Amino acid sequence: MTEPSQLVQHLETFVDVARSPTQQAASLEALVSAVEKNALSMQELVREMELYLTTTDNVVRARGILLLAEVLKYLEAKPLEGAVIHSLIGFFTERLADWRALRGALVGCLALLGRKGAAGVVTDTDAEAVANSFLQNLQVQSLAQHDRKLCFELLECLLEGYPEAVKSMGDMLVYGTCEAIDGEKDPQCLMIAFHIIELLAQLFPDPSGPVASNAADLFDVMGCYFPLHFTHEKDEEACVKRDTLSRALMLAFSSTPLFEPFSIPLLLEKLSSSLELAKVDSLKYLHDCALKYGANRMVKHYKGLWSSLKETIYSSIETHLSFAPESLTGPGAPDEGVQKEALNLLQSLVMQDASFLSFVVGDIDIDIVFDTISSYCHFKEMLEESKRKVLAISEILSVSAKASASSCNKIFEIVFFRILKALGILEKNSEGDYIPQEDSTFSGRLNQGGLFLCIGLLTASKDHTLSSKEHSMVSSCGHEMWCSMVNRSAFSLIQMFSSAAASFDEDDGGADAYLGVKGLLTLGMLHGGSSLLSRSIFDKVLITLTSIITAECGKTLAWKLALKALVYIGSFIDRYHETEKTLTYMNIVVDKFVMLACSDHVGMPYSLILEAASDICLTGPKHVHKIIQGFEEALCANWSDSCVRGNSRSIENCVLLLDCFSNKLLPRLNGVVEIDDLEDILLQFAVSIWNKIETCRVFSCTHGKELIDPTMMAMRQVVAISSVETQNTIIQKAYSVVLSSTLPLMESIPSKPVALEALKHFDLSIRDELILSLFASTIIAASPTTDIPNVKSVVHLFLVTLLRGHLPAAQALGSIVNKLGSGSRGTKISSTSSLEEAYKIIFHTTFEVGKSLYSDGSGESSSGSEINLTKFCFGDYDGMNLQNHAITGLAWIGKGLLMRGDERACDIALVLLDCLKTTDSSGQVLQSSSMRCAADAFRILMCDSDICLSRKFHAVIRPLYKQWFFSKTFPILESSIVKPDTPLSRIMLYLAFTHVVSNVPTVVILDNAKKLYPLTLEGLSILIHDPLGKDAVYSLLLVLSGLLTDKKGQESSIDNAHIIVNCLVKLTSYPHAMLVRETAIQCLVAMIDLPHRRVYPFRIQVLQAIAKALDDPKRRVREEAVRCRQAWESIASRSTRL
Amino acid sequence: MAGKKMVSGLINANPVVYEKKERRVRSCPSSTDEHIDQLEVSDHIRDIKDPEHPYYYLEELKVVTEDSVEGDDGKSYVRVTFTPTVEHCIMATVIGLCLRVKLLQRLPPRCKVLAFPLLLRVYEHNRRDTHLTR
Repeated sequence: MTEPSQLVQHLETFVDVARSPTQQAASLEALVSAVEKNALSMQELVREMELYLTTTDNVVRARGILLLAEVLKYLEAKPLEGAVIHSLIGFFTERLADWRALRGALVGCLALLGRKGAAGVVTDTDAEAVANSFLQNLQVQSLAQHDRKLCFELLECLLEGYPEAVKSMGDMLVYGTCEAIDGEKDPQCLMIAFHIIELLAQLFPDPSGPVASNAADLFDVMGCYFPLHFTHEKDEEACVKRDTLSRALMLAFSSTPLFEPFSIPLLLEKLSSSLELAKVDSLKYLHDCALKYGANRMVKHYKGLWSSLKETIYSSIETHLSFAPESLTGPGAPDEGVQKEALNLLQSLVMQDASFLSFVVGDIDIDIVFDTISSYCHFKEMLEESKRKVLAISEILSVSAKASASSCNKIFEIVFFRILKALGILEKNSEGDYIPQEDSTFSGRLNQGGLFLCIGLLTASKDHTLSSKEHSMVSSCGHEMWCSMVNRSAFSLIQMFSSAAASFDEDDGGADAYLGVKGLLTLGMLHGGSSLLSRSIFDKVLITLTSIITAECGKTLAWKLALKALVYIGSFIDRYHETEKTLTYMNIVVDKFVMLACSDHVGMPYSLILEAASDICLTGPKHVHKIIQGFEEALCANWSDSCVRGNSRSIENCVLLLDCFSNKLLPRLNGVVEIDDLEDILLQFAVSIWNKIETCRVFSCTHGKELIDPTMMAMRQVVAISSVETQNTIIQKAYSVVLSSTLPLMESIPSKPVALEALKHFDLSIRDELILSLFASTIIAASPTTDIPNVKSVVHLFLVTLLRGHLPAAQALGSIVNKLGSGSRGTKISSTSSLEEAYKIIFHTTFEVGKSLYSDGSGESSSGSEINLTKFCFGDYDGMNLQNHAITGLAWIGKGLLMRGDERACDIALVLLDCLKTTDSSGQVLQSSSMRCAADAFRILMCDSDICLSRKFHAVIRPLYKQWFFSKTFPILESSIVKPDTPLSRIMLYLAFTHVVSNVPTVVILDNAKKLYPLTLEGLSILIHDPLGKDAVYSLLLVLSGLLTDKKGQESSIDNAHIIVNCLVKLTSYPHAMLVRETAIQCLVAMIDLPHRRVYPFRIQVLQAIAKALDDPKRRVREEAVRCRQAWESIASRSTRL
Repeated sequence: MAGKKMVSGLINANPVVYEKKERRVRSCPSSTDEHIDQLEVSDHIRDIKDPEHPYYYLEELKVVTEDSVEGDDGKSYVRVTFTPTVEHCIMATVIGLCLRVKLLQRLPPRCKVLAFPLLLRVYEHNRRDTHLTR
């Protein structure tokens, strides 16, 4: 910027308030970049600006000073000479007195004081001058919000960056700060103000310094903000969150112990307030203050603190105890709120100063609580107040014990034996001292209050062992007194807990069982290996819990609790890598359940064993390993048993096992635990199923069929989650078993047509069906990159079996055409050609039809006696139901092609559409069942399936394939519907239409609203008469409701309002499905949103229909009807609304 | 006393307000038999506002409760017995009308709806015998 005229122009632009802010910002930017590039020096700029900086025109001067300040703000990193900085800061310091141009002065001071290191900084003397000028000239509270904020920022900057410079100002600084802050109400300013107080307190820690002498004033200024409460705005809208501001105030409160005489009484007073927020804040502040002020300062408040704290805990404790399994391992106290903060404070007070503990243990209420629990055995007998006290004291003791090892010792020393005595497991020894009973069976009455207190203490000690582990200290708890006390009484405790857990008294929500199991769980989680508790105690806990599970024959509360406890212990020791305990767990728990799963005759139901076993094994990788192996063994044993002896129970067990494996175990394996050799285990599992099938040559006909579905399911899941290598191995194995079977798997494709006659006599044995189904599910779940051996003959096999009505074969074919050739790995055959070949086999394999068997031989098409899959769809040959099977098969193949976006899917859709017409092109008459089958085929095509061709089973899915299919088939469907052959064909066409429309995304429906409306409405009025089509009616109605409720659809709704109302009114009395009636009424309500003049004429008609709906047999329909009636009545201007 | 009432213009200027009862959840929602029952009828009338105190629902003033409804779906009648906040309440007719209109709108047309005021709250236990007036 060498041209002076240009410079002046920029200056003028910025100073002129009439210019737009963008122009001003642009000129500022130009000036900044000029200085930055050294095209203009700071001195030159100042010299050029002289007039603007000194003029008597207030506005121009203010803008001028602001410009200089803004330039400096942007150049904070640019090195400047000391002399330049000195003169600039001198200028701004002086300008602080100029209230008309204050903004610029503040920004300038801030910019200069904020400079760092090598760029050149303000000297201490200059900083002091700024501070002096600030205190003398500024009346902060008389300024506007933004200027106040700048003032506070300046003060903050001085205190933070130049403490030595401002320190000498002493009292004046403190006093000035008080004055500046006093009365501030803006949250942003307060944030800074609180920080300033904190900085001041750090600057003058001296007990006889300026802060000490002005502590009362300073605290007055900020104390009035407590507890912070926003009145005018919602918290989310405020620029500063209440919590953030409250935290800043807390830091100011606790910044120096000098505030202690003022803050603690205030906080204690507010603690007794009835406002929840005030309580929580008081507790948080007390916590912070107590930590920072130190025990010496706090000790004089202990008495008051303890009594307020106790009251707060009493009033905040939840007296309703939940004994559900969920709360067994959940956190005892709530995550936030008064109770948590109060207990936090208590814990830190005890941790900080052991002498506080004497208030706790010396409290009279402890005696009262012991009186209560010894007079009432059950919680339900206690008065609400007494119960509250018991629970509160339990929490207090537990939290205090958690605070430190010494506090734990002290608490145990004072109350533990008292608790044991209340529980009745202390006995007098020869010297007259009370000691825990050894090895005696517990036979007394259970004392719930005592159990609760005992568990509270044990939990506290458990947390001790954990925290020492987390800080990776060598666990020294073993030598602590509390530990030896627990050790001595552990066996009696276990006795008592287990007798509580076995209690059958379910009157009080299972309190006994819950407390018993909880106690065992807590004992089992005492951490620290044998140094802490003898190993036999841990063993005993595990054995007891396991025996609770195995002893129950139903799924009682105790059973669920014990299982949950075992699972928790299992994952706990896995998390803390306690090798010794892991071993014990494996031996006692996991092995036991694996053994139970393998054995046949046990007391408890097999399904419960499996549930427990699968839950437990998920606690660690090794357990998973073990349990899958166990399952495998059990499966093999049961399988052999069922084959050899035809034992129906073994078959049931197999079914249960497989169900549990695929529904419970496998879905939870992902993510729960990291297992290294999972692949191998699964492979082994799958292979051993195949081995079993290979070796068991005989299957009992009665039960074998039950096995097929669960085995398929398990196989699908295993293959789906395996890697490609594993899948290859499994498929190879499967293929070899198929080869060894009697299935017609041809090594080479026959050139001659297969005789249909042969197909007719071809009957699958149970074993072959099992092999075929399993092979199909293996193929279904395989990923596209997996190699299928001898694809052509496999395709042929599935094609033949498909015609025999084997559904998995059809699905497998669909899966093959979907995935073939789309894998990234190059196979030997070029990828496209292999799909072509498969396609060729499917559609060009012909079957020879004997003339005598060909019933309808008059047409020309019968001249060739060879027919293929497509032709099967049109004619019923030999009464073998081939037609329906062929249609369903075609649908699955079409689905496979459709999902990968292959054009040939549309050809298949055309064939299926032809099937919907009563007579095909060759004049053959189709049966109604086949037509329905063909209509359903559209559902198969469009619906997402969860057993085949889904993402889980690695299907190749082209994005937006449904939209694509819709756009291809909709015009054809539309034209066919217009000119149907017969009423039946019309219904079927509408069924197909429904399946297509109801499965495309709503966006597509809305885009085609105009075209869809007439078809949808007519479809509804036709399908309403088809008693089998209630699902279709519902789907179509949902489409209609989508159109009605969306803005885009509403335009067309206006044109069709008359027909829509007619149709909906009819549907309100649809007898076959409640959902349809309900939705129809909801649609009527939605119609109200259409323009009034359009809707009003239908009022009478709708109200009459609704009056009938008010008498609907289903309540939900009646409720909707009431709503609808109200809505429609309200559109008449004069109707009264009550 | 009477003069004071005239000034306020209300029969009962300070009625006792009770807490609204939580809606009772049906134990088995999917039962096959879903006749119109007491609970359903009382759900219809619980959100009517008191004509004298439009800030309160009738339920809050215990003018109607769940027990004030009797009826038989099979015989197509519903009878609501409501208790005005004070015995001499001249609003009783208005309340009765509100109840009747509401129920006529919400129940099927075949149902006969009757609504009676009960004279004295204290006599609630033997309302069937003597204290019914039309």
